Parts: sequence; structure tokens; C-alpha cells
Amino acid sequence: MLIKSPVKSALKENEVTDESVYNGRRSLLKSMGFIGAGTLLSNSIATSANAEGFGLFSSDEAKEFERTPLKYTPANVGESSDVLTPESKVISHNNFYEFGTNKSDPVNNSQGFKVEPWSLKISGEVNKPFTLDYDDLFNKYAIEERIYRLRCVEAWSMVVPWLGFSLADIIKQADPTSKAKYVAFETLDDPKQMPGQRSRRIGGGIDFPYVEGLRIDEAMNPLTFMSVGLYGKTLAPQNGAPIRLVVPWKYGFKSIKSIVSIKLVEKMPPTTWNILGPSEYGFYANVNPDVSHPRWSQASERRITGGGLFARNRIETLPFNGYSEEVAHMYKDMDLRKYY
Amino acid sequence: MLIKKYFPPTWLAKTFIHLASLLPLANLYWLAYFDELGGDPVKEVIHFTGIGALNLLLLSLILTPLAKVLKQGKLIQLRRVIGLYAFFYGLLHILNFLFFEVQFDFSLFIDEIFDRPYITVGMTALLILTALAVTSIGFIRRKMGRNWQKLHNLTYLAGALVVIHFFWSVKSELTSPLMYIAFFLFLLYLRKDKFRRWIK
Repeated sequence: MLIKSPVKSALKENEVTDESVYNGRRSLLKSMGFIGAGTLLSNSIATSANAEGFGLFSSDEAKEFERTPLKYTPANVGESSDVLTPESKVISHNNFYEFGTNKSDPVNNSQGFKVEPWSLKISGEVNKPFTLDYDDLFNKYAIEERIYRLRCVEAWSMVVPWLGFSLADIIKQADPTSKAKYVAFETLDDPKQMPGQRSRRIGGGIDFPYVEGLRIDEAMNPLTFMSVGLYGKTLAPQNGAPIRLVVPWKYGFKSIKSIVSIKLVEKMPPTTWNILGPSEYGFYANVNPDVSHPRWSQASERRITGGGLFARNRIETLPFNGYSEEVAHMYKDMDLRKYY
Repeated sequence: MLIKKYFPPTWLAKTFIHLASLLPLANLYWLAYFDELGGDPVKEVIHFTGIGALNLLLLSLILTPLAKVLKQGKLIQLRRVIGLYAFFYGLLHILNFLFFEVQFDFSLFIDEIFDRPYITVGMTALLILTALAVTSIGFIRRKMGRNWQKLHNLTYLAGALVVIHFFWSVKSELTSPLMYIAFFLFLLYLRKDKFRRWIK
């Protein structure tokens, strides 16, 4: 069929395209979109540039955030057959409403984000509360690489080589009390730096700061990861610099970014998307092909890799995103249709 | 009037409409094919054609009131070509969904159309636009006589369905769809005399 044959050439072409051409093309599209009927009055692709980006010289030209190489124990590759999502896509296709609701808004609006100094407070039902500063994030715990599948609730997915350490490392250090039943996370609240927090229009109508939560056993699961980097370097702001959560068996919105507070609590904490749409986004949000989102199926997903428009990348979604062996036991007595 | 004097000839206006509708599409698919359209080219082509269809549909609807205000009857002649492009963008929108999003999984495609109310609504709008596009062919239009106008009044229904479809499809970022709804209501207000006649 006409449609299948170009796949290989498209991949090749992608690999030789350098960043400047890539940016130039997107700017061209934006400016053309504004002339053309395709974007009259519209916010489509063009808004990714926001007010300053109408012309050829858009916010893409802002100085890129500098990511530092990290020392880490490499992941044991070979155990996974998943193809990594290219780094260029991992750092340019993001949901981070603090910087805007379009997928390209975070990379365009966050390059000046300040991560140093940083303060991450661990508090609540613990005997030894403490605070981590920016350097602590990279020096206090042994940093390892973990290649995880990331499944977005919007039915796309990526495979990302994260760097970081287990959340359990932090929690153990804080010595939780017997009342610690849940863990509550909070993103930085800084409207000056985060345009989405300044404006409900840019921020998609979310009440910030973004909050998330896990049950204590979920938080202590060895898979649950605090990421401080990806692809060998520290995180870019659009990926949640300087430190974010990664819970690979849950939908992406659970993996809260740019965390300033981890609090152990007795009661189930409120979580942002659950507040926004309780019938669509639950507290647990475990990846589950059998429970549809009310407005779309979760049975399959599109894996974001290279290859462009004609990449045949739709794959079956696996229960718990393929991590059943490690996590299913935590939910064995629960009705996962009820606790979605 | 100045504007009358300097209004471009119809062929020039139409040429502009063809270029303004087709060039962005050529650019869009070119970039998407070479994977230079952000992280997920599939989402981009779906959104671009969807928003494009809505823009063109609203543009076709505003021409009549605009022609009256500007006393520029020639504008009416542009409705057909813009309406046809609205249909074309809408068709591409659903084909993008079939080809690139569900990737020819026909059972998933059918399920999604019927199970997801916002897609059902959008599909209904596209069926209306299809009927309007087919009946815009000259000899069919003449054959239909007075029924043609009755059928083509459905374009307002299609417009309503499309803005609802957009509003319903977003996760939480309601500003943009709400602006479209406001603009559509404004359009209805401009044609209030026409609707009053229907009621009578």
C-alpha cells in the first residue's frame, strides 16, 4: 500500500535533521499557519508560540536550559525490548500545564526556569523530617538509570531512560510513624516563573499548585522512582526539573513534576486531576486497558518513537503498563473498575 | 464606496482562498511526514485540520452578514468555495484519525465514533457537511430548487455541533472552545432575522 512504503526513508531523514532545521521548520509552519485558513482565529499549532511567537523569530530562540551530565549506574539493558523514545521528543512533547497546555508549550516557556537554589521538604508523619537542597538531590543517594514505559492518560506513551533513586530511600530516611498511610506531593508554586500559574487561560483552569498522592505501599514499592535526570543528564524544566516522581504503572499525570514537598499523611490526600474531573481521573489511576476513560478507549496506545506521521505505532496497552508482576499484588482485593 | 472600488475580482479572491487553504496543508503533511512537527505529529495533524475546518466553517457563515454590512455582494460568491474547504478539512480530520490515530483498526474506529459522544457529535457534523458539499454541485443544486436552501440552512446546525465537539474534546483548557462558542453565538445573533422568519 502507498502508505506503508515510506516509513524507512522517513526514519532516515529524521536522523539527519539537525536541531536548527527542526526549529526553523516549525517556525515556518507557525507563520504560514497564521497566513493560512488553517489557523484563522485559532490556537492550534500557532499558540505554542504564545504572544511573542507570531513571526519567524519565536520563543524557540530562547536560550536553552543547560542540562548537566550525571554519574550513574547504567540500566541493565537487554531485559527490555522496548525502543527508546528519542531524546528530542522526550524533551519537547510534554504535559506540564504550569507552562501552558499545548504539548510544545513547556519546552517553549520554561527554558529560563531556575532550579538552583531548590528546597525539597520531607515532613508530616515522620520522626525525622528533613530538607534536601539542590546539591543533595544529586549527591545524597546513589543515582541509577531505569528505563521505564510512560503511559499518558491521553493514550500515548514513551520509553524513557530516567536517572534517579527510589522514593523509598527518602521515605526510609525520614522514618515514618505508624500514622503515615499516604504520601502527598506538591509542585513548586511560583507564578512568576510559571505562566500557567499566573493565568487560568494558559494554565488550563487548574488550581495550582499541582498536588499528587500515593498510598504508602505504592510509595515504598521498589519501582517508584524519584528522577533527577534523563538520557544521561539532569532534567530539563519541561520534564520536571530538578526532581520529579516517576510511577511507571500509573498514568503520567501521577508522576508529579518539580516537587518541593513530600508529606506523609494519615488520610488520602487530594490530587489535582481528580479534583478537576472526578469521574475521569481517579486517585489510583493505574494503567488499565479494561477501564476506558469516559471519552476515549484505554485499550491501546500510540508509542511515540521516531518515524513521523506514517509510523505504525499503535500497540496494546498492558495492565499496570506491563508491570503487573511488581505491583498487581498491592491491588489484589480491590475492584479496579471502582478504584480507577 | 472605497471598499467596493478596491475589492479584488472574484477570481483573485478565490485563488487566494485556494492557496490559503491548500498551502498550510501541504506544509503540515510535509513536516509530519518527516517527523518535524513536534513530539507527536499525529496529534498535530488531527488538531490542525479540526481547527482549520471549524475556522473555515465560521468564515463561510460570516460572509453573508459581512456582505450586508460592507454592501459587497461579491462576498457571497465566496461562500461555496470556503464551505467546500471546511468540508475538506473536516474530512481530512476524520481520515487523520482513522489513518494515523487508530491506524486502520476499523472496529476501534467504529466503537470510538459511537461510544464517545464528542466524536459522535463531530461525525454528525461531518455527515451534514458531506450532504452540503455534494449538493453544491451545480446541476444538483438546480434540481433541488427551493429545497436546496432548506438543506443548506443545516450549516448552522453543523456549526453548533462542531463547536460542541471541540468544547467536549478538551481536557480542561476551556478558554479556546468557549471563545469559539461565543463567536458562533455572535454569528447566530447577526442572522437573527433569518431565524425569526423560520419560526414564523
